Amino acid sequence: METEFTPWLSLAGGVLIGLSATLLMAMNGRIAGMTGILTGIIPPFSTDWAWRIAFLVGAIVAPVIYLFAGGEIAYAVPVSLPLLILGGLIVGVGVYYGAGCTSGHGVCGMARLSPRSIAATATFMIATAVTVYVVRHIAEI
Amino acid sequence: MQKLIYSGLIGAIFGLGIAISGMANPAKVLNFFDVAGSWDPSLIFVMGGALLTTALGYRLVFGAASKPLFDAEFHLPINKIIDARLIAGSATFGIGWGIAGFCPGGAIPALGFGGVSVIAFTGAMVIGIVLARALDGLRHKPVKAF
Repeated sequence: METEFTPWLSLAGGVLIGLSATLLMAMNGRIAGMTGILTGIIPPFSTDWAWRIAFLVGAIVAPVIYLFAGGEIAYAVPVSLPLLILGGLIVGVGVYYGAGCTSGHGVCGMARLSPRSIAATATFMIATAVTVYVVRHIAEI
Repeated sequence: MQKLIYSGLIGAIFGLGIAISGMANPAKVLNFFDVAGSWDPSLIFVMGGALLTTALGYRLVFGAASKPLFDAEFHLPINKIIDARLIAGSATFGIGWGIAGFCPGGAIPALGFGGVSVIAFTGAMVIGIVLARALDGLRHKPVKAF
């Protein structure tokens, strides 16, 4: 499935993500990593669960408001439900042991030049590329 | 209360950024990695824009303040060890991301508009985190002598 190349929109989105990461550090002193924020509200809850839920609610509601306001969000899922569930389970286990994901390691950690985050990001980017190649061009699922 | 309102607004900026950038769109994410197929390099611009803004933003924040507005200190990861746990975990995450096309930061902002696909993925991801946490807890418990 082809997707449209959107350099300006993607750049604008990236800048917003970076702005959010900066503000979360300035206000709450926290890394804007989705794995860390989410894990704190999976029982047993961390003691500072309230701001985490507020952040997640904001993150979910904002795109919906944007759509209602007439904005467009390109979205297509070319993956079957069983593979989404399998992928979800694997992602959950991986981000727990890897202590972060694209937002935590890939953006916040790399921006701090953390060697751990650079190693983690390089590892998951390579693993993802290899997996996509295997799934699409070898297994052809 | 103020902290919660700001946290919600900061989350909103994050969610909007993810949604318009294409990070919440599995078709686009998978195409970014599919260099041998229907390649779409847009995600380079997401990562580039996010990284540059955060690197600059963090410099400003750490340069201007000794502590955040709503907390006594900056909570920065102190673990600096690159070990098998980090690499194996990250590789595992990459495999899952490559199968499903959703990462945690991409999936959550899609929950409101993405339908059953993203709900199924996110549910499975939460179960994965719970399982890993339980297994890790077992492994780290001292073994009782008979």
